[in-house]
Amino acid sequence: MPAVQETIDQVRSIDVDQYKYGFETEVEMEKAPKGLSEDVIRFISAKKGEPEWMLQWRLDAYKRWLTMKEPNWARVSYDKIDYNDIYYYAAPKNNPAPKSLDEVDPEILKTYEKLGIPLREQEILAGVEPQNRVAVDAVFDSVSVATTFKEELKKAGVIFMPISEAIREYPDLVRQYLGTVVPVTDNFFATLNSAVFTDGSFVYVPPGVRCPMELSTYFRINEKNTGQFERTLIIADKGSYVSYLEGCTAPKRDENQLHAAVVELIALDDAEIKYSTVQNWYPGDAHGKGGIYNFVTKRGDCRGKNSVITWTQVETGSAITWKYPSCILRGDNSRGEFYSIAVSNGMQQVDSGTKMIHLGKNTTSRIISKGIAAGKSENTYRGLVSAHRKATGARNFTNCDSLLIGNQCGAHTVPYIESKNSTAVFEHEATTSKISEDQMFYCQQRGLSEEEATALIVNGFVKDVLQQLPMEFAVEAQKLISISLEGSVG
Amino acid sequence: MLEIKNLVVQIEDKRILNGLDLTVNKGEVAAIMGPNGSGKSTLSYVIAGKEDYEVLDGEILLDGQNLLEMEPDQRAAAGVFLAFQYPLEIPGVGTMTFLKAALNAQRKARGQDELSTPDFIKQVNAAAAKLEMPKDMLKRALNVGFSGGEKKRMEILQMALLQPSFCILDETDSGLDIDALRIVSEGVNALRSPDRAFLVITHYQRLLNHIVPDTVHVMHGGRIVRTGGKELALELEANGYADYRESEAA
Repeated sequence: MPAVQETIDQVRSIDVDQYKYGFETEVEMEKAPKGLSEDVIRFISAKKGEPEWMLQWRLDAYKRWLTMKEPNWARVSYDKIDYNDIYYYAAPKNNPAPKSLDEVDPEILKTYEKLGIPLREQEILAGVEPQNRVAVDAVFDSVSVATTFKEELKKAGVIFMPISEAIREYPDLVRQYLGTVVPVTDNFFATLNSAVFTDGSFVYVPPGVRCPMELSTYFRINEKNTGQFERTLIIADKGSYVSYLEGCTAPKRDENQLHAAVVELIALDDAEIKYSTVQNWYPGDAHGKGGIYNFVTKRGDCRGKNSVITWTQVETGSAITWKYPSCILRGDNSRGEFYSIAVSNGMQQVDSGTKMIHLGKNTTSRIISKGIAAGKSENTYRGLVSAHRKATGARNFTNCDSLLIGNQCGAHTVPYIESKNSTAVFEHEATTSKISEDQMFYCQQRGLSEEEATALIVNGFVKDVLQQLPMEFAVEAQKLISISLEGSVG
Repeated sequence: MLEIKNLVVQIEDKRILNGLDLTVNKGEVAAIMGPNGSGKSTLSYVIAGKEDYEVLDGEILLDGQNLLEMEPDQRAAAGVFLAFQYPLEIPGVGTMTFLKAALNAQRKARGQDELSTPDFIKQVNAAAAKLEMPKDMLKRALNVGFSGGEKKRMEILQMALLQPSFCILDETDSGLDIDALRIVSEGVNALRSPDRAFLVITHYQRLLNHIVPDTVHVMHGGRIVRTGGKELALELEANGYADYRESEAA
């Protein structure tokens, strides 16, 4: 079991409070004035050099947002957020326009190095086999600081760049798709994002192109009292394929920080998008102080026939998670998949799941959700599977398993199933189990330490989902899960 | 090999073992018999290190090492093996994965190198064949969906693989039909060696027809009340435990 061993070593090597990404980077920052107003939005838009239509779009969203109420149906509780006590824009000085990696502040490059993210292309080229190369976009607070392999991707016709750049360079493409999956008016947090989003990734894969490498974005919240509002838009044109991965970390802080992202995926005829997330925002300390509020709207539109969208997520961080990566199965024969591992420990609260909206004929969807609750955490799966009147032959299979570690945590499953078509077949399976003291004793009697036994049982529990991740991230994710559960047994 | 002196144990304020003394020598097969509730299973759990038991007095030494100061996994690495009366199911964890993790954890604790995968598979297959175990059992999650008899065979397989020096069999015969009893007993007998000791806990003589003990101890009221040779088991089979119950009443 080398993977398990590696996990144990990793766990042993970290400090008591477990979160190893909690350091802060000293960089001079430029910020918008604190709080939210039309002026702040104009400031952001001007900083990004946006065209007038984009500014107008933001201002419309802001007006709409002022009339909206924060949702309260999720099984999470937190103190009221003061939206005027947040910085909506923070960028390392000397930005914009690092034309190459050499122009990026070395402190920031060091940060990503510490996080284990190789930004320097030559390092990647030197160390890794060509088929394992990953193109990285790194977002530091409100701006993208570096995107690698841009030129090489361009040769294949793939556009991979910060969305702020795409708005300037490919305005027609952005305008055609932005907000078509998650409308400006969608929900409180998505609307807020529409008004103030600062950066994120833009991907366009032209017809028939199989993206030659994994694309990846790393999000880092560094600055105090700063919200991160990234916006990601991925378009897979007819017959194309792309696999994309995002990772997230933040320093430890006593205050809560807001992360309200929007991700839109569009798959046209015969196209496939795989979107994987390894989310490791700072979860707060053992008493529930600090941590990220991760209020995220992610939605994919299988707009074309035979299109496929797969969401895979490994969620271990954040004080509160509110996130439901969904698929609209519009094209006939399209397929949506959702694979999730949500781990909660300490005082973390997770309310996460998916929506599979079957609109087209013979659409299929599959949901595999594994929730692991430890400590005093609450872990809820919330999912909707619906079939529209015209969704003849729609099929869904859902499997929700929960694993409890200890006696003070909770696991909840809230499935919603709506079918308006008599030919739709939806299946739902759910189990809840607990690592018992007897199981632990049995494993220990055979020579496994408590940590080894937990790692073994948890890895067994989540392996169906880990298999869905790109190889190089599966190992990382496995480690992350064990670290998150450190000290949760006994 | 194993030396237990004046062991006093309670669970939730209930005294189970009352100054138990027991010695098992290298190469010896010792049987412990006794009526229900005499503390037989408690003894096996306390030797292996289960948490819920409070040791108030006494000591347990294995080759001179104080077991009571060790974690269960350290005791396992030191050579203690407990074949459970009710083996636990571990969903999602493949049997081979589990076996390999356990074996390598013990080897590591003893400062040995990990076993290579081909060697490991060879060893498992050989042990499984001896126990007439269907191959597909090894492909399933550990003990999940196994019958009672299959679970007991899996315990003996693990014993054969881990090569412990002190083996405790806690009512291994319960739930076994005659064929399974024969196979399991043969598995145990094959492991008998001058360097290894066994503590066989059972209610019935029938297991001892297959695994013939060197010594038989009668346990009652949390103590060893009588010790004899293998013929003691036959006597118990004929007379039951009535004598011991009366002595308690008197």
